[in-house]
Amino acid sequence: MTSLAALAQERRIIVCCGPGGVGKTSLAAATAVEGARRGRRACVVTIDPARRLADALGLGELTNTPGRIGGDWPGELWALMLDTGSTFDALVRRYAPNPEQAEAILGNRLYRNIAGALSGTQEYMATEKLYELHEEGRFDLIVVDTPPTRNALDFLDAPRRLARFLDNRVFRLVVMPTRAYLKAVSVATQAFLRTVSKVVGSEVISDAVAFFQAFEGMEEGFRDRAREVDGLLHSSSAAFVLVTTARRDAVEEGLFFAGRLRDYGFEVEALVANRLHPRFGAGSGSGSGSGSAGADRERARALAGTPLGPLFANLADFRQVAEREEAHFAALAEQVAPAPVVRVPFLAGDVHDLEGLAELNRSLFPPAD
Amino acid sequence: MDPAGFCRQARVLIVAGKGGVGKTTVSAAVARMAAMAGLTCLIVEVEGKSGLAAAFGSSETLTYEEVELSPGVKARTLTPDDALVEYLEDRGMRRLSRRLLSSGAVDVVATAAPGIKDILVLGKVKQLERAAAADLVVLDAPAAGHAVTFLTSAAGLLDAVRVGPIRAQATEVLELLGDPQRCQVLLVTLPEETPVNEVVETAYKLEDRVGVRLAPVVVNGLYPAVAGLDVDPRDAAVRSEVHLRPGEAEALEEAACFRRGRVALQGEQVDRLAQSLALAQLHLPFLFTTEVGAEEVDVLAAALGEAVRGLPG
Repeated sequence: MTSLAALAQERRIIVCCGPGGVGKTSLAAATAVEGARRGRRACVVTIDPARRLADALGLGELTNTPGRIGGDWPGELWALMLDTGSTFDALVRRYAPNPEQAEAILGNRLYRNIAGALSGTQEYMATEKLYELHEEGRFDLIVVDTPPTRNALDFLDAPRRLARFLDNRVFRLVVMPTRAYLKAVSVATQAFLRTVSKVVGSEVISDAVAFFQAFEGMEEGFRDRAREVDGLLHSSSAAFVLVTTARRDAVEEGLFFAGRLRDYGFEVEALVANRLHPRFGAGSGSGSGSGSAGADRERARALAGTPLGPLFANLADFRQVAEREEAHFAALAEQVAPAPVVRVPFLAGDVHDLEGLAELNRSLFPPAD
Repeated sequence: MDPAGFCRQARVLIVAGKGGVGKTTVSAAVARMAAMAGLTCLIVEVEGKSGLAAAFGSSETLTYEEVELSPGVKARTLTPDDALVEYLEDRGMRRLSRRLLSSGAVDVVATAAPGIKDILVLGKVKQLERAAAADLVVLDAPAAGHAVTFLTSAAGLLDAVRVGPIRAQATEVLELLGDPQRCQVLLVTLPEETPVNEVVETAYKLEDRVGVRLAPVVVNGLYPAVAGLDVDPRDAAVRSEVHLRPGEAEALEEAACFRRGRVALQGEQVDRLAQSLALAQLHLPFLFTTEVGAEEVDVLAAALGEAVRGLPG
């Protein structure tokens, strides 16, 4: 059986995905810490981490170059906060046939909007950066934290979506009406665009046409690159880790996500249940440790008015929430079986320094018995 | 302040917050509170994938058509594509809307003029407001860090689009957002460090860049404080003349200690929020379940009503 520890030991790439607000960034960083603890050169690629965690990781600003984080481990820990814009710029420079064409694209207003406005671009650039770092060969382990998007699936759809965008027939027909039979199409298309201009304003359309003119001939390079990135993610070097909390909505999103990952040909290789409520008394070694919320509630009722009443009511509250969490979670664990499930309890506070990261690392990778 | 008065301050209430803070649950609770106060409420959901119907115990999937989720509470979706189609159809351009969507040209246009989709959604909300579609229109805003972008889209678009009907639409949306009698934003957060930092940041950005009126901030998921958790279970057992089973004292003690610790931590965050943000707070309790259904929404709506009554009128 593979464990999360085995993934951190053996794989080259770990992609942490899951719904927003479940703690992916901290868990991705704690996974990279594990790589460093195991003597590997590990790098965590993050997108928009919370400010204090970013500070702790030495990520004061977007640099797009990994920075090293010192620590008491035999390996190395590096961190990088993705700058979507400059990653895309680098790709344009790489595929432009000459510097003039690259500059024409980089200066186009529609292009300047792509990084911020075209849904999925951030995700696409995250995978692009991942590929680039992988190719450089500086790191043994790269852990990627997927961005908190409206739709977690953007991550998987991103390359296709961008390719579709760049292949847009309407605009490409306008910019290359070279052959006679295309001319008629182009006339109709131009009429269509004129109508669109009336609604959204002509600058918008002229920006777009200029962009496609400048981009002409480069889609092939982008498409090939997207295929290579896709190939890397599908290779045995890469592993997907699904992270979720046990709230019902997060679990449902997790279930949906696991299904879609499978549609795309990816397997979830580990499931992390984050921020679980503790199971009180489970470690006491006696039969009562597995007491049920219902029984505790009964006793709280029977003991109401005595000093024990509130204590039992409180225990019942937490056992109830732990039971429900477990029940929701079971469905997800079953769907991703035989992937191992790692349970991470609530920590006392947010992770915003290396000590917090070390604590999270210990929860995520408990020492073997 | 009484809940009906609270709900009548502005017809549009935009509920915004990061993913995982319970934004949809709060939208549902606000709607229920309005209904309990005798008002009608329409919830508008913009992502086409939320647990809103489930929060009212319904297994339906919300669509573009309004449905009644509970007495006085209706809900519908309003995705950007829906809004675009309707916008163009209203102007006799049905074929154009089809072609924009089917050719993917809409993505190009939306990238060339970022925010255009948000404007169409907000423009439709404005139309619902103008038509007085309900006493209160609750907009369950997009999650993640998108709330600021979503609400600043109108101002941004005025820079990109200099003429035409879309510009007119953006201007009207800005008027709506800037008028506290018509529209307010209800921010939702959790009593935890990162969510508190983020809501403070969002609040300042919204006030500076959009000039929208902020309603009190909702702090969701506070563990209700329970008296009597600071006693030793063994002593309590002796005093209650009860015999505890093996291991029980430890479980009771750990659970009490956990609760006290969480309550103290949350209290610190609530104080920090109060110091950083001069907005009244509405506190909602943590529910010891992992799912939100009709019963839980009623509990939260009642708690919200109580909190609103505590606001100065």
